Formats: sequence, structure tokens, C-alpha cells
Amino acid sequence: MAPYESESAGRRKATRYVVPVAVVGVAAATIGLVPALADSGNPDLPKISAQQLIEKIAKSDVQQMSGTVKISTDLGLPSLGGMAGGFTPGAGGSSDGKAGSSADPQSKLTELATGTHTLRIAADGSDRHKLSVLDSAAEYSVIHNGDEVWAYDSASNEAYHAKDAAAAGDRAAKHPKGETPKGVPATPKELADEVLKASGKTTSISVEGTSQVAGRDAYKLLVKPKQAGSTVGGITISVDAKTGVPLKFTLTPAGGGKAVVDAGFTKVDFSKPAASTFDFTPPKGAKVTEGDDLKARDKSHAPKEMPKDMPKDMPKELRDAQGGGMKDLKVIGEGWTSIAELKLPGGQGLPTGGSASGDVPPEAQKFMDALGDHVTGKFGSGTVFSTRLVNALVTDDGKVYAGAVTKDALVKAANAAQ
Amino acid sequence: MSQAEATAAGTTATAASDASPVRKRIWTLGLFRSELVTTFRRWRTIALLAVLAGVPILVGIAVKIETSGGSPAAGGGGGGPAFIAQITNNGLFLVFTSLAATLPFFLPMAVGVIAGDAIAGEANAGTLRYLLVAPAGRTRLLLTKYATTMTFCLVATLVVAVTALATGALLFPLGDLVTISGTRIGFGEGLVRALLIALVVAASLVGIAALGLFVSTLTNSGIAAMATTVGLLITVQILDQIPQLHAIQPYLFSHHWLSFADLMREPVYWDDLLKNLGLQGLYAAVFGSAAWARFTAKDITA
Repeated sequence: MAPYESESAGRRKATRYVVPVAVVGVAAATIGLVPALADSGNPDLPKISAQQLIEKIAKSDVQQMSGTVKISTDLGLPSLGGMAGGFTPGAGGSSDGKAGSSADPQSKLTELATGTHTLRIAADGSDRHKLSVLDSAAEYSVIHNGDEVWAYDSASNEAYHAKDAAAAGDRAAKHPKGETPKGVPATPKELADEVLKASGKTTSISVEGTSQVAGRDAYKLLVKPKQAGSTVGGITISVDAKTGVPLKFTLTPAGGGKAVVDAGFTKVDFSKPAASTFDFTPPKGAKVTEGDDLKARDKSHAPKEMPKDMPKDMPKELRDAQGGGMKDLKVIGEGWTSIAELKLPGGQGLPTGGSASGDVPPEAQKFMDALGDHVTGKFGSGTVFSTRLVNALVTDDGKVYAGAVTKDALVKAANAAQ
Repeated sequence: MSQAEATAAGTTATAASDASPVRKRIWTLGLFRSELVTTFRRWRTIALLAVLAGVPILVGIAVKIETSGGSPAAGGGGGGPAFIAQITNNGLFLVFTSLAATLPFFLPMAVGVIAGDAIAGEANAGTLRYLLVAPAGRTRLLLTKYATTMTFCLVATLVVAVTALATGALLFPLGDLVTISGTRIGFGEGLVRALLIALVVAASLVGIAALGLFVSTLTNSGIAAMATTVGLLITVQILDQIPQLHAIQPYLFSHHWLSFADLMREPVYWDDLLKNLGLQGLYAAVFGSAAWARFTAKDITA
């Protein structure tokens, strides 16, 4: 700027920059305020008891619906993408999946266990369902239409086909209905079903006000463990006031912080979905894997999804896993605080600070120590590996105690088992 | 390059924008048309468009050679740019693949070159003050430059799309296509979606065009403005890849670029598409007005 220019001209020039700054300000205010405004105002609904609300859910007979579901899962595992598969006794679920077909429903749905995903579901009657997982520039769909079950992975242009819905039922077909394939929770409804099944003496259930989910008025059902020692803080299920369909499911850990699982509709529509939604013919050139091929392969890898499940599924899942080759499995306790006890193959514990074996390089030793906490007790010593929900104690003599319980509860269980 | 000259130019411009009757009369598309012709006659522009047209041809030939033995594209593993696995079955997918391949870098780079050159290039060549001597006004010149840049966005995208369609039609069969949701749509609707996607891709470039124009008003060196714009593009693309920065990533102009693929879902998933368009509009408003603030207050010395 020229030194002899008048000061007022300079100021006038400077004021022009107010415009872009104002635009930024307005945008920031909009981004900050709009969700807050949209969130405000819990709807006024007639009071209802927990019993009535559960009945409402049970009575709910919605046959036709479609919508978008957002699922966020934060188990506190290191976010290494497909690594979660490597944690499992089935070993190499992730690397294995590639060897078969990427359209195999089971290997695909495993991915839902970590991170945030957007799903679309559509249902028309009891025999037409569709579930799609929206990826970046790709989509994975499971389509059930009559006695045909298709799964299609658009990224690799591969399809999976099963002819008989009864045979495929436990895998993909019934997925949008409630019986999950191997316990991967996908829709709010089936998550809620699981919770209600697990309720009993161990659980308190109450109605905690109302909220708005996907633009619909909903009751909030709060499910809390009564037992001490559970890492589950509470589960909130938002139930649509009109139809009784669960719209949102949130699982918060006892330790506080972000929800471990947060699944809810962002859009829901109870009208009949277009018939073409459920039509599928594999595109020309798509690689189609028939269901029977996969089944044979899957038998040997049955337990591969176990540890990523909901805590209340744990005992059930572990029992499933028993059939898959782990004979030394026991379940201690009941309800929320069930702890699974199993023996590591070979009877060898993980090398820990306490039992530094000579063949472990010091770096690896440090790495193991960083991953888990060293604990000692009547049972001897071991290492506790923690996630936000599930803790596992690996003792030096090769036993594993795992459950959705606190570290102390694990040590107590290990002591008692001694 | 005297100060008096600059002041004179500034006064002329101010006078022109204040005298509204005069301004109304000359508020025609003449300036825009001449800008357009100048821009698209430049060898630089033609070379950029030729490079862009080359991408779909290369992708098409590569896929053709790769799959001539009967093996599926991308090894069945889902690697490579989006939609590449479907090209062999339907040439129309080459349009989507080419746009997905060029959108992250080639297209915005070309736009960055044109936008960065818009004002700084004129200043560099010493032609900016002559443009301003004409009673057009700085605001109008800036708008014209921005409109020209946006036209280039559209033309560049269409060049990629049309070349891809032609290559796809030559090398691969055409016909009904399967959306990524697994439903089937006719070829006509496929073409409509391809056009929509091209428009969305062109609109995705609006943000970087405004950014480039703003950078262009900051300097008198065309090369510096182009390099800065392209540098910003690369920086933003890298920032968008760092997981620890997920808090700011939704606000990076390139974050929702690939959402154009949502137009291939059935039903179309609008959330990210609208987010992308809103974000581009925001960038255009912020950097467009910043460019206006800078350019109308700037001393033009070249």
C-alpha cells in the first residue's frame, strides 16, 4: 500500500475482507447450530411403562420398511482395518476371506465390527429383504427374494448365490429379520431383540424419556446390568412410538466416554419399497460363487467371528465356538458378568514380564507389555488385555479368562477357578 | 509502472462500477466471450485437455489388454479405481472409472493451472491494466475470470467423459448396466446418470477453482499462483489421508469428491453428494469473496 494513500481508503479496503470472514462465520455457526437446533425438543408422548414398551416392540408387526442405518463401533481395538480377524481363534479370517469370494456374506459382515458404516435396509413381507453396506464408490448387498439369496460385491464384481433360503437362512437370508448370522448386529431391531432375550434377574429395564430418531418420535428404553463388575454401563434403545420398531441402539461402557456401539436409523420409511429393489441378476462377467462351495470352506473356520460380538452374546458365541474345535471351554457366572475360560493350545502362556523366556527378544517383550497389564494373584501371574468392553486375562500357565467384565472380576474369577 | 498509473487504473475501475447506467449498457457477455476464446485458444489449455482425454483411452486400452486372456479386471480383488471391474462387461463404466481416476489429481490440477493463471497470468504478461482501463470494472473482470474457470471445469470433465464413452463404445460392449446396489437399469438411464455424474464432478471442482482464483489475486507471477494452487491441492489430498486428522477432514474440499459414485446407487444416496455440493459452494463463497476483497483493493502495477 502506498504510504501517501489516505488512511480512510486503506480502512475501506480492509473492510472488504469482512465479507469472506463473515461467510466463514455464518458457515461455522450454521454447522454448529443446525444439529443442535434439530436435536432440541424431546417429543411429548404419553407415559408408558417398560413392560408396555417391550410389549409394543414384541407386537410390532412392520412388514414393509426401508431406511438408512448408521453403525459406529468403537471397541477400543487398534484400528488396523482387517486386523480384527487376526484376533480370532479361527485364525486369518481376513486373509482367508480373500482366498474365497469377497462376496461371501460372512467374511463381509465381519467388517461391520469396527468403525463407522452406513447400511441400507429394505424389507417387504417375510421373504423379501435387502441389506446393503455402503462403501466408498462401492456397495455390498445381500438380497433375499423368495427362495433365492444373493450377495453382491460391486467393488470386485463378485456375487454369492444360495438357492434354498432354508439352507442359507442361518447365514444371510434372515439377516434383516432378527436372527443374526453369527451375532453381528446390524439393524436396531435385532440388537434390541438380543437385549430383551438376555434380560432377567440380572438386568434392570426402564423407560427413560423420549427422543427423536430419523424424524420420528420415539421412547427411550434403558437397559442396565444390575451386577457389579460388568463393563457395560447401559444400553439405550429408542423405540418408535407409533410402530414399536426399535430405531436406535446405543451401548455405553461403564467407564464412560463414547458409546461402544451406536446403531440407528438416519432415515426410515414404512412404505412398500420398490419391487425392483429385490431383483438381482448377476451382471455379465461377474464371478458367481455358489453357496455350497462356501459352506464346506466355512466349516473349518466356524469360530472366526467370536470375540467381536456383543458381550451378552459371548457365552452363546463361545458355546458355538466349542463345536468349532475348542474343547476346553467353560463359562463362569451368568448374565452380564459371564466369563469364558479356555485353555490355550499347547498349555503355554504368553511370555510376560514375569516369565521372561529366553527366546523372546527384548523388543517383543516390551511390545507385549505395552499391549497388556501384568497382574498377579492367587492363580499365579498373567497379562490382562483390555478393550473398552471386553477384557481378557491370559495367565502364564496358558489359561484365558475373557468377558465383558472389569479386570478385578477377571482376577477374582481366575482365583476362584484355581 | 508508476504509482500514478496504478491510481488512475483504480480510479477508472471505481468510476466504472459506480456509474450504473453505463455499466448496464456494457453488461453484456462480450467480455466473457472474449475471455473464453482467449483461454481455450491457448496451447496450454489445449495441451491440458489433450492429457485429460488421454487418460480414458489409456485406461480403456490397458483394461482391454489385461482382460484379453479372459481374466477379470483388477484381479478380482477390487483394487484400482472405482468401477474398473465392470468395464469389460459394459463400456459405460469406463466413464465412471475415468472420472474416478482423474478427479483426485488430473482434473483439479488442470483447473488449478487455469485458475491460478487467471489474474496473475495477466499481471505477469502486463495485460491486466489494459483490461482494467476498459470501463468494465474489477468486480466484473473477476466474475468473468471465475466464469471462464468454471466453464473450463465443465469442459474438462466433459472431455474426459465423452472420450471415455467413445473409447468404451469402441472397445467394449454397451448395454443395460447393474448399479452398485445390484439393481439393473437401462442403457438410456445409465447415460443420464453418466451425464449427472459428469456435472457433479464438474461442480466438485468449483471449490479449487475459487481457491486458485484467490491465490491468483495475491501475486503477480502466474507460475507462482499455479504452483501454489497445485501445491495446496496436493497438501489437502495428503491431509485427507491422515487418520489422525479426521476432525478436520470433512471440511477439506476434496473430502467428498468420490461421493459422485453415490449416483450409481439405487436409490441414490444423497447425503454425501449434498455435503460435497454444499462444501464446494462454501469454498466458492469464501474464496470468491476473498478474491474480490483482494482484487478490488489491490494496486495494479503491471
